[in-house]
Amino acid sequence: MTAIANSLSAAPARRFPAGFLISAAILLLVVPALNLIPPEGSPLHLPNYVVPLLGKYLCYALLALAMDLIWGYAGVLSLGQGAFFALGGYAMGMYLMREIGDRGVYGNPQLPDFMVFLAWKELPWYWTGFDHFAVALAMAVLVPAALALGFGWLAFRSRITGVYLSIITQALTYALMLAFFRNEMGFGGNNGLTDFKDLLGFDLSRQGTRIGLYLASAVTLGGALLLCRHVVGTKQGRVMMAMRDAESRVRFLGYSVTATKLFAFTLSAALAGLAGALYVPQVGIINPSEFSPANSIEIAVWVAVGGRGTLSGAVLGALAVNALKTWLTGAFPDAWLFFLGALFIAVTLVLPDGLVGLAARLRQKTSFRSRPRDSGTPEKKHA
Amino acid sequence: MRILHIPLILALLAPLPVLAGNAPPPAAPGPSQPAPSFTDVLAGLDGDSYDDRISAVEALGRLGDPRALPVLSAMLDGHLYEAPGHGLVYGDPDAGLRSAATGEAVAGLTADDLSEIPVNNRVRGVILGVIGGLSLKSPEAGVRIKAVEALAERQPDGAAAALKGLLSEETDARVRAAAATALALLNLGSPERHLRQEAIAVLATSSDPMVEGRLRQYRDTEKDPDLSKAAAGAIHDISVRLSLIDVGANLFQGLSQGSVLLLGAIGLAITFGVMGVINMAHGEMIMLGAYTTYVVQEAFRAFLPSSFADAYLVVALPAAFLVAGAVGVLLERTLIRHLYGRPLETLLSTWGISLILQQAVRSVFGAPNKEVGNPSWLSGGVDLAGGFTLTWNRLAIILFCLGLLAALAALLRYSRFGLHMRAVSQNRPMASAMGIAAGRVDALTFGLGSGIAGIAGVALSQIGNVSPNLGQGYIVDSFMVVVFGGVGSLWGTLAGALSLGILNKLLEPYAGAMLGKILVLVLIILFIQKRPRGLFAFKGRSVEG
Amino acid sequence: MKLYRAAAGAGAIIALLAGLRTASAAEDTIKVGVLHSLSGTMAISETTLKDTVLMMVDDLNKKGGLLGKKVEAVVVDPASNWPLFAEKARELLEKDKVAVVFGCWTSVSRKSVLPVFEQDNGLLFYPVQYEGEESSNNVFYTGAAPNQQAIPAVDYLMGKDGGEAKRFVLEGTDYVYPRTTNKILRAFLHSKGIADGDILENYTPFGFSDWQTEVAKIKQFASAGKKTAVISTINGDANVPFYKELANQGIKASDIPVVAFSVGEEELAGIDTRSLVGHLAAWNYFESVKTPENQAFIKQWHAYVQNDKRTTNDPMEATYIGFKMWTQAVLQAGTTDVNAVRQALYGQRVRNLTGGEAVMNSNHHLSKPVMIGEIRPDGQFNVVFKTKDVIKADAWSPFIAEDKGKVADWPFPWACGNCTEPRFKAYQ
Repeated sequence: MTAIANSLSAAPARRFPAGFLISAAILLLVVPALNLIPPEGSPLHLPNYVVPLLGKYLCYALLALAMDLIWGYAGVLSLGQGAFFALGGYAMGMYLMREIGDRGVYGNPQLPDFMVFLAWKELPWYWTGFDHFAVALAMAVLVPAALALGFGWLAFRSRITGVYLSIITQALTYALMLAFFRNEMGFGGNNGLTDFKDLLGFDLSRQGTRIGLYLASAVTLGGALLLCRHVVGTKQGRVMMAMRDAESRVRFLGYSVTATKLFAFTLSAALAGLAGALYVPQVGIINPSEFSPANSIEIAVWVAVGGRGTLSGAVLGALAVNALKTWLTGAFPDAWLFFLGALFIAVTLVLPDGLVGLAARLRQKTSFRSRPRDSGTPEKKHA
Repeated sequence: MRILHIPLILALLAPLPVLAGNAPPPAAPGPSQPAPSFTDVLAGLDGDSYDDRISAVEALGRLGDPRALPVLSAMLDGHLYEAPGHGLVYGDPDAGLRSAATGEAVAGLTADDLSEIPVNNRVRGVILGVIGGLSLKSPEAGVRIKAVEALAERQPDGAAAALKGLLSEETDARVRAAAATALALLNLGSPERHLRQEAIAVLATSSDPMVEGRLRQYRDTEKDPDLSKAAAGAIHDISVRLSLIDVGANLFQGLSQGSVLLLGAIGLAITFGVMGVINMAHGEMIMLGAYTTYVVQEAFRAFLPSSFADAYLVVALPAAFLVAGAVGVLLERTLIRHLYGRPLETLLSTWGISLILQQAVRSVFGAPNKEVGNPSWLSGGVDLAGGFTLTWNRLAIILFCLGLLAALAALLRYSRFGLHMRAVSQNRPMASAMGIAAGRVDALTFGLGSGIAGIAGVALSQIGNVSPNLGQGYIVDSFMVVVFGGVGSLWGTLAGALSLGILNKLLEPYAGAMLGKILVLVLIILFIQKRPRGLFAFKGRSVEG
Repeated sequence: MKLYRAAAGAGAIIALLAGLRTASAAEDTIKVGVLHSLSGTMAISETTLKDTVLMMVDDLNKKGGLLGKKVEAVVVDPASNWPLFAEKARELLEKDKVAVVFGCWTSVSRKSVLPVFEQDNGLLFYPVQYEGEESSNNVFYTGAAPNQQAIPAVDYLMGKDGGEAKRFVLEGTDYVYPRTTNKILRAFLHSKGIADGDILENYTPFGFSDWQTEVAKIKQFASAGKKTAVISTINGDANVPFYKELANQGIKASDIPVVAFSVGEEELAGIDTRSLVGHLAAWNYFESVKTPENQAFIKQWHAYVQNDKRTTNDPMEATYIGFKMWTQAVLQAGTTDVNAVRQALYGQRVRNLTGGEAVMNSNHHLSKPVMIGEIRPDGQFNVVFKTKDVIKADAWSPFIAEDKGKVADWPFPWACGNCTEPRFKAYQ
């Protein structure tokens, strides 16, 4: 995986990265094969529950990738990334709610249960069209992107930078959380959207559907990686990184900082929305706590642990932290926060460049044949 | 209770006739006895059912014997007991008990010997009415006013006569006014037209929402169109006054919420505002302060006589400052020191610290909330006009946080340490060159910010939960306040906190609590567009902050 | 070289995950899952229930275990995170292969794990009072339904002893339990002749802390001249500041009584109750009830947590009853197989800690007594009312129009939690 970083950041060399291909092969072929082929009980068998778990991690990885684009490459720490993720999730959740049809508790073919319960008579206007998968998927991308575009246009135009921007993005996600908690909003209040039955006619409780969703997540993540790799290699991407390192200088050179930031922010929001849309059918619930400011901070933590400013680092960080969390909450339910907290502290003190940086350092130590400075860690200059 | 405790109560009741024969002097037998004696009626308080107890309370009211007052007050608080061999006793079992019949001290009883006379809300309501009637003669004006209010609200039999009697000899103006209003309320139900008319005129000058409610009811039932119209006019007068009072009350509540925001943010204004550390563990410093308060309170309860219990706050304030400050200094020296100039890394590591501190407190104290009591001088409040209660703890918090801010501002402005602090934050290399130990100043500054957060925790423990999650509730708002006010400006933090608090409370009655808060957040976002550096922008030469 | 490293990197996580399941090995124990949040916002309430289950497991093992096997508790921390609840539930059922799970507090966490339990045919005991409107074949609900808590409480307030309230403030946190309860209560109040003008319904966010305006509003509503009572469905954390504000604004229970459905001994332990005397709560259990069973339970609890000050509360009793019933059903069925245990659970009886017997009904809910208590200065409750008999929980409320005709009855011929006619009608 680390190899992706090297090749990616060594942008001029447009060699197709071997690590990427191998990871893709493992995720797309080996995982489903291990789940499907060996009989249950065999030591090679991958248990059923691991597949949606991996699918969830991959969604988080996609989200981390989006975060890395705006933070690691464009230098804008958005603490509202969770909001875009949740909005995408809600768009998909709305489609899944409509798919339930009359199989809900109250058997109303038109209205989701919570609306029947609140004595609503008809679907609110903003629910129209969500019975089509394509509309829902488009909305999952477009709504976060539009929000990012509008919000970013206001913020970047006023030259809000640094912590000020972080705090108002936090205010954004916080306000959205409070809004979605309101039952009158028509998104199910605190309980959110749940009790999904099927997706495009496939029963969500079947293992086949779960593998399908997992594969879709893996493919989307791969596609997003390639897209981001391409973007950071373009001129726009170079301007982005230059802006991160010296914003005023880039502005004085005549580049539009506002437009560049807006581009990165919108793309990042769209990717986050896509991640949310893939996430919801796999975990089976979307509710307003996904908007909580703490979640957005956690996303930044994944990226930092993996290695900010490297695409593979973001992916690796999300996978590693979440796998660790899964393990710790089961193995040390009373003390896992100590381990997680200590990890975050240790990463900042010992591994300022994250796991990817560590790998690069180890490689430099062990190998003399290493090409001069192929580590992709960008120069850091913080606002 | 009744079902479950029948054996228990029977066991207690069994020896009672014997005791009753011993303790009070036997009532003179004979049918000619017109009024029962005080002690006989008193014994009825230990009746089998709530109904029995209520009729005994009412009988005491009819007797009008002032000896009943302390007994009934004790009963109200659940401090009236049945003690085998002593009949009914009242008082605090730890501080000393008295016999209900004689009022003399009873010694040698422990809490285990006593069984409480059960009261419920209905019994309490009747007791309050009776106490009201009995305490009209109290020498204290405040007690008489309370008594009059109780009469007005509960309207027991004979209330009108009692009020007239009071009005004829009362000299205190406030009591007279209260009695006049109470009487007018009673007279609204009078069959005589002129009494009702006078009553409306009296009530029109009131600014009590309860009076307004009664008038509304009256207006709807009054047959006479003139009087009904007069009542409508009076209602209008009152509601105009009430809505003015409402605005005042909202302002106070806003100020109070603003001061809570300020308390949460004030430490952050140092660690984040002055030092630029994105301190995600700030909320946990507040939490440490609150838990220190809890520990100090428990220590006071365990080791000092109960008369000192209210004084724990005096010790808790410096203790919280020291505990949170020490943790702050420790963090700065071991961790944050290495991360200066990398604000986003400090975000990550202080986030880790916050997780660890939360879990540590949870491991030591347990997850459930801890009880921190208000000292008696911070409990309750004073009823101002229009049903608006000025609560002491809110008022105290407003004053306390303003005082804290003033002290902090003075420290920064006039002390040597403050000078060093400002120097280091404005131009670090130059300050070092002038011989200021910048590292030490950093540590102390961070300690100061954390310590102030700890002090805020003491104050916040008086109005909210003390739990491991306490800090999480303040962190987002605190950052919002500091940024809105302008990073690096104490006055900006003050202005930001108060204006956000007041704005929120002015919106709340119209938009509801949830929507009000959302609107405030949206306004912050829009405001930052207009002034990207907050209310009070720090004027410096740096292009990129 | 490079190829190898990349493969190792990607494979490491899968290896780690695959390694997770090797933990489950020994088959000579019966595993019991505990799915309560130990961190995050709900830890305040849920850690106590985790300790309760552990105490019961401990006790069971001292008695020789179950079916000749030792019972082992598998504790996980879903961290007050609803998607994590579903993930952990799946892990407990599929990886650890637990026989039963005790867990969840909030409705949303239950809704989140529900599909998992239904897919994997697991068994969940849910110990908290809730809004009803649900009956799953895989969940046994041992907390109160609205007709076991809210309706008796309002009935009491309208009666002579409760003060004959005529006006009601329905104050709640904005989520499904208060909304449902208030919907039921409004219909119930209508049926008692209370007009809409005498009902004020108000909702606040989770963790709401500044109650000044709300309490002032209550005072104003109460000043209309009719006896007013507040029905509080305020959740968890928001209660402490609410009660502190009530006390400071001088609202006495004899003027405006507040009856709460989510405030028990544990919540009161975090409040100075001297100024709250007389406010009410409705539950199926109070610690202050003196029965031999309850005293033994409290003693056992204090010994287990090594703290004489820890209180007990209603959800703990619900956990206790659920655990006992499961134990009895396993003994009766002679296996931990979910289908067999489920059948054995119907009609299972356990003595309530407050006297009488709780019965598991075929709608997966309990019959329990209802009690109303007034707050005492020491933070306990003085029981002022108790139903004569146990009350059977309704999964579907007769006061909700959409519930008309719905039946929850799992044995033959209904075999359904949400039907208007039996599933096996043809075979009858």
